[in-house]
Amino acid sequence: MSVALSERVGREWRKPPFIKRAWLRWALLIGAVVYFIAALSSLDVNWSRVYEGLERGWKFVVAFSSPDFSSRAADIKEGMIESAIMSIAATVVGIVLSVPVALGAARNIAPLPIYLICRGIVALSRALNEIIVAILLVAIFGFGPLAGFLTLSFASIGFLAKLLAEDIEDLDRSQAEAVKATGASWSQWINYGIQPQVMPRLIGLSMYRLDINFRESAILGLVGAGGIGATLNTAFDRYEFDTAAAILLIIIAVVMVLEYLSGIIRARVQ
Amino acid sequence: MLHLQQLSKTYKTGDKALNDVTLEVPGGQVLALIGPSGAGKSTLIRCINRLVEPTSGNVILDGQNITKLGAHGLRKMRRRMGMIFQEYALVERLTVMENVLSGRLGYVGFWRSYFRKYPQTDVDEAYRLLDRVGLLEMADKRADELSGGQRQRVGIARALIQDPALLLVDEPTASLDPKTSRQIMRLICELCRERDLAAIINIHDVKLAQMFVQRVIGLTKGVVQFDGPPEGLTEEVLTRIYGEEDWKETIEKIEEEDEAET
Amino acid sequence: MPQILTGDGTKTWMLRDRKSQFTRWGAWMIGTIIFLWCWKQISDATTWFFVWDAPRIAADIGGRAIPPRWSYMEKLWEPLWDTLNIATLGTFFALLMAVPVAFLAARNTTPSALLIRPIALLIIVSTRSINSLIWALLLVAILGPGVFAGMIAIAIRSIGFCAKLLYEAIEEIDTKQVEAITATGASRWQVMAYGIVPQIMPAFAGIAVFRWDINIRESTVLGLVGAGGIGLQLKGSLDTLAWPQVTLILIVIFGTVIISEWISAKVRGAII
Repeated sequence: MSVALSERVGREWRKPPFIKRAWLRWALLIGAVVYFIAALSSLDVNWSRVYEGLERGWKFVVAFSSPDFSSRAADIKEGMIESAIMSIAATVVGIVLSVPVALGAARNIAPLPIYLICRGIVALSRALNEIIVAILLVAIFGFGPLAGFLTLSFASIGFLAKLLAEDIEDLDRSQAEAVKATGASWSQWINYGIQPQVMPRLIGLSMYRLDINFRESAILGLVGAGGIGATLNTAFDRYEFDTAAAILLIIIAVVMVLEYLSGIIRARVQ
Repeated sequence: MLHLQQLSKTYKTGDKALNDVTLEVPGGQVLALIGPSGAGKSTLIRCINRLVEPTSGNVILDGQNITKLGAHGLRKMRRRMGMIFQEYALVERLTVMENVLSGRLGYVGFWRSYFRKYPQTDVDEAYRLLDRVGLLEMADKRADELSGGQRQRVGIARALIQDPALLLVDEPTASLDPKTSRQIMRLICELCRERDLAAIINIHDVKLAQMFVQRVIGLTKGVVQFDGPPEGLTEEVLTRIYGEEDWKETIEKIEEEDEAET
Repeated sequence: MPQILTGDGTKTWMLRDRKSQFTRWGAWMIGTIIFLWCWKQISDATTWFFVWDAPRIAADIGGRAIPPRWSYMEKLWEPLWDTLNIATLGTFFALLMAVPVAFLAARNTTPSALLIRPIALLIIVSTRSINSLIWALLLVAILGPGVFAGMIAIAIRSIGFCAKLLYEAIEEIDTKQVEAITATGASRWQVMAYGIVPQIMPAFAGIAVFRWDINIRESTVLGLVGAGGIGLQLKGSLDTLAWPQVTLILIVIFGTVIISEWISAKVRGAII
């Protein structure tokens, strides 16, 4: 025993620090504090404006207790249906197109050039925020749900393909190898060796993406790409907080139902 | 010192885990609790420090009725009972020293424990205990870096630093290899002798129990079937506890191994 | 095993029997019909003339957007700093609020499963379901335009997200460690600090970095509704059809997102 008990007894004990190098620890700590102060001081809050706004904020909170579903019922209905249509169509297209991209973006089955192209598609789709894509597509295709649908499809491809590709990369090699060993062709290999393993996950992810698409479709209307967002935006512009509250409550309810359904579906397929 | 009076536990599912168990454990006695899985051994131990709330009956330690205590009194009482667990139950992401010192949580205030400012006497005692169980050098290692046997030693040190009168030991060897199991059992029994502690050791390994303890209690379906010295565990008694099985070999083997050991 | 009698009377193996075969086809049919109907609605709402014209418009915009106006960069540093602050401070305040909510929502730590847990879950669902851009819209209406509204929007939106992941992590902890700490006579708060917190620390750090990364993306566009950051410049440039500036801003956003993703991957790698 190299450390004697007598050396330790009577000495103070301290928890060994998380970051062992003292200078790094201090640098990080001081850096964080300095950043925090700089960031907070550049916030520049207009407190009198905030104070004025509190009343309006309270009105909005009150509006939640008495949401107005009726006075703009037709607009809300139309917007919700359009949002639903965009989300469903975009999810279907997203799934169909994401499968080949995912196969291409999985390093263990795709050759390098295809891998790079597919990874590029995934990175581009994920880095561009939906709303920016929507703005560009509205500029190109004009106002309406087509731009929203294309935006959501594009975003779905990146999302699904990335997660699916990761899944394909960590799947069980022995199963896939066993199928290859039977002399199967490439498409048979995918069909028997890969597909059964990733199918449950694909279904779960698709449900999740449908949920996300619906939530996103609520904001696309802000830039003219169709869906409930346009109605919501109008409600805010006119300070009709009770209508806005009604729309938000519907969105929350739909998201909750979708989440519940996707939980059931995922439990059944897995 | 410890009295269990007509202790019963019925789970919400309707399972009767303990049925009218009455026991008396004098100070300094090490006893083994054997029985098939599901016999209620774990429940019995957990009813004593009320990690499981007994349905009826009394647990009396040093004249105080634990079952009647409020939250504060119970915490104070738990300090008197050190517990050692089957899968060590160390806080994996804390260091060995923090794990040992966590045994003092019942004695120090929240902020003191939060900032790890334990009194020097506690720190010294922690070092002494780590030295005793042979892990002094590991003091600043994280618990998940240790092997199974080493972790159980930390678990023992954590129980002992509480300065308990009684050790509750739940399957201390179930996740260890045979050699380490024996070392751990020996260590526990030695420490009990050194410190004059009473201990209740849950154990499914009958021969290991027979090797180390002074008294054996056999539990089946929540009822005490046997209470006596280890020599009393005859084939007939084991059949009563565990059901029909060929016990000859178990009993003989112990004798052989005992000879080999000595 | 499902079998089928073929025309000449021999039995052949089939993957599925007749009935499940029919339900499968039925499900596919219904799915296809729903999709086609959706597509019809979209197509009806579209002015196809614009769509046929799209390649020309796209080429036109593309022609005007290139080359990007690099000199505009000097006006972007400040909004970029704001964007970073919105995301970072927003994440920070979100975590401050998400931690108590998560503890109230987790089945094993909630003080009352009947009363408090549903409230905590409601907070999680409602903050999570609503996009940060909508929160920003709302907060701009309440607090006035600026970085402050954006920061609060990001913070509110992130509460539900972080709290959900965190409470799932709390529910998955190893209960034996908690039991062991309880058995030493530790108080409720000590059990929390020693038995639970160390176990969820890695999850917490992971969630924080993950959400920060997402928040960087989201805060780049908050300016579109007036909530500060680089999105303000984007909106200004779009409104004045200053396409070369738009290109530059998009490049900057793209770069920021890539860098933040890289940082979050590095930090997560270092933690785990």
